[in-house]
Amino acid sequence: MEKIHMNIDGKDIETTSDRTILEAARENGLRIPSLCNEQRMEPYGACRICLVEVEGARGLLPACYTTVTDGMVVRTATDELMRIRRTILELILSDHPKDCMTCESTGNCELQDLAYEYGVKDHRFRGEEHHYEVLADNPLIERDYDKCILCGRCIRICREVQGVGVYDFVNRGFDSVPGIPYNKPMMESPCEFCGQCVSTCPTGAIISIPSKGKGRTWQVEKVRTTCPYCGCGCQLDLHVRDGEIVEVSSPVMVGPGQGNLCVKGRYGYPFVHHEDRLTRPLIRKGGELVPAGWEEALETVSKHLRKAMDGKGPDSIAFLSSARCTNEENYLLQKLARAVVGTNNVDHCARL
Amino acid sequence: MTNSIEDLEEADCILAIGSNTTEGHPIVGLRIKRAVMRDDCKLIVAEPRHIRLCYYAQQWLRHRPGSDVALLNGMMNVILSEGLEDEEFIRERCEGFKEFKKVVEEYTPERAAEICGVEADDIRRAARTFATADSAAIVYAMGITQHTTGVDNVLSLANLAMLTGNLGKEGAGVNPLRGQNNVQGACDMGALPNVFTGYQPVTDAAVRDRFEHAWDVDYLPGNPGLTLMEMMDGAHKGDIDVLYIMGENPVISDPDVEHLKEALDKVDFLVVQDIFLTETARYADVVFPAASFAEKEGTFTNTDRRVQRVRKAIEPPGEARDDSWIIAQIASRLEYDMGDVSAPRVMDEIASLTPSYGGVSYARLEEGAITWPCPDAGHPGTPILHIEKFTKGKGLFSPVEYKPPAEMPDEEYPLILTTGRLLTHYHTGTMTRRVRELDELVPRNRVWVNPADAERLGVEEGQEVAVQSRRGAIKLEARVTEKVGEGVVFVPFHFGESPANALTNPALDPVAKIPEYKVAAVRILTGKSMAGIEYSISTI
Repeated sequence: MEKIHMNIDGKDIETTSDRTILEAARENGLRIPSLCNEQRMEPYGACRICLVEVEGARGLLPACYTTVTDGMVVRTATDELMRIRRTILELILSDHPKDCMTCESTGNCELQDLAYEYGVKDHRFRGEEHHYEVLADNPLIERDYDKCILCGRCIRICREVQGVGVYDFVNRGFDSVPGIPYNKPMMESPCEFCGQCVSTCPTGAIISIPSKGKGRTWQVEKVRTTCPYCGCGCQLDLHVRDGEIVEVSSPVMVGPGQGNLCVKGRYGYPFVHHEDRLTRPLIRKGGELVPAGWEEALETVSKHLRKAMDGKGPDSIAFLSSARCTNEENYLLQKLARAVVGTNNVDHCARL
Repeated sequence: MTNSIEDLEEADCILAIGSNTTEGHPIVGLRIKRAVMRDDCKLIVAEPRHIRLCYYAQQWLRHRPGSDVALLNGMMNVILSEGLEDEEFIRERCEGFKEFKKVVEEYTPERAAEICGVEADDIRRAARTFATADSAAIVYAMGITQHTTGVDNVLSLANLAMLTGNLGKEGAGVNPLRGQNNVQGACDMGALPNVFTGYQPVTDAAVRDRFEHAWDVDYLPGNPGLTLMEMMDGAHKGDIDVLYIMGENPVISDPDVEHLKEALDKVDFLVVQDIFLTETARYADVVFPAASFAEKEGTFTNTDRRVQRVRKAIEPPGEARDDSWIIAQIASRLEYDMGDVSAPRVMDEIASLTPSYGGVSYARLEEGAITWPCPDAGHPGTPILHIEKFTKGKGLFSPVEYKPPAEMPDEEYPLILTTGRLLTHYHTGTMTRRVRELDELVPRNRVWVNPADAERLGVEEGQEVAVQSRRGAIKLEARVTEKVGEGVVFVPFHFGESPANALTNPALDPVAKIPEYKVAAVRILTGKSMAGIEYSISTI
């Protein structure tokens, strides 16, 4: 890896020889549009929206696929490039539904953002349009190939990151789509329902069913936290609207998962709002657990603890702490056992 | 983990043993798969079941449940006899090699093969692959620890890592995968009967002094307390008057459910603090409604020792309160003032009493995760342990002999039952089985049976059967699959209506007191012989 000096749009940049033009630009706060590129995957060079002009090069080069060289001079926004990008967008939109109003991905759609930025409202290419059936053959992931732009991100993330390879392009030419072998339902494929494809799809072609219609990206507050399931510690963004978690995503390139989750991390949140949640203290009276106030419940428990402490002694009391609770709560519970009750009878399910 | 999750991608060889990584720890699984797919890392999977990781493995060793020590000793025998050990590492950084070597010399690949059911040449090949890699990492989970020989298994893995010099460097290490979001943290925080925070022993008077002073109490007990399983035995004997359970569901997660339920019945007063009325909470005298992870501030420490923030996103439902508040309320009613129990303040107290957390603060956590040991505010954290020297000085080789599991199959109970997790569900199912979509993906429990066993027993795919051990029986559907070997059946433990732990053996590892969930003798009953078997634990 060598140090590289280059120039992008008149700005002198220092970077390293393992970077692509796209990476070097982004690291220096310069934006080159892209559609098929995503940080979690290898560069692919399919969509051509990131074409740039490199001095001395023959033709235009995809910024996502071209590694930097010393002395390189790059222009990213010439009139010709802008014209080409508009044409690419027009071509994509010539076979793309104009239902942004109800599309699940509105506000979170890379195609929509580029159409907006480049002012592409309509297109010149009248012709055949696809009208596929929306596929919702499982409880979690819905596919609408009408919205697919053939960037291949779902195919590649499933293969390169998840190592499963549920999708691949099926059919030829105009009819190409990222399909599942033999058009089987997802439930019968090796799909692990991690939703990595949902997380990378730049449009509304692959979406999560449970969060459908639950809130636009600007209507939710995102709260960064840590997944409550296994010990991996993936970072989650809980999307909250009106006191309800409506979706979970993971920040790309952050934490152990780098934006990747498993089926539990991505879709396992609704238990929080389940009607079975305990909402009041319960006390056993006449053999039955009945709702009670906090004061009565706390008093009852303290009374029994006191009785046992004064009777058989602190070691007749035992505490089970929790591998599900926070560090702070575990600390306080062992402090309660040791400092307040006076016993070391405190354990949790590390062994189970 | 001695090394970080990211670091697995640096390994040239990974031995995954007793870990169904892609289902139990899917994101660690991604790293292993990527190491294989992108960087030609050689993956060895040692596992009685055919798990997804086997598709990525260069070699799959299907050893018999409970034969890990024999397999590992066999591998180390090969490494020694072929001169593949890291002599310098052993000489400079370890002790106890001679005694260890004497035991390992007894385990020729042929002898190991006889015990573990893996061909001697396959043991040789795995040993060579592991020992000749520039860096080789070991990944393990409960398949290693949940045995009566759990400690022996772990010591054997440590032996293997030291023998090949695979500690204290990138792409190596001994990496236990912790099964729950904060099991590492709960241990770090001293939710264990023998240690305060940061593994400071309760038996050490100087440590007690420090805590007595910090907590402003005259006396802290110096005798180690009871472990979970000992508590339950104590309850059985009538020695436990009050049992206070925060956020655990032992009725599903503990071995030998019937024994446990009797124990809970015998406790005079049972308090359960949880977010649902779990199978355990139904036995309680008082139930406190607690806040979920999304309803409180705090930190979790993950499997690679990374302390990360938990943030409040929503309000708890109804009158539910966070656990800290509840604990502080109880304390104050017992005339102890815990003071401000807000999470940042409590973390400051933890940091002041815990050397490995000394540099952890909420201000710093805003910038990102901190990996302990992190002794002070200026310390960057420690993603890789034991670089240059072991924390305790010299690495100690332990001579470990193979011991069979506590319960082996016999004529009456001819099959080995092993238990574990599925990708879609989690632990006792309290959370995931309440997610409609997840329950739709995997709605019911199934026992995995090898086709040869199935044919002999006359069991067909989808048929309802009963699995019975000396301790209990459950009814469930059969899944006929070669993913389990002949003579072995597998039952996941997420399902309250057919709980695997009605069958498991509560025999404990003598040191770690961990139950032998991974090996129990069972039989399969069909048709009329199932009559009378009705598992009726309250389901969600």
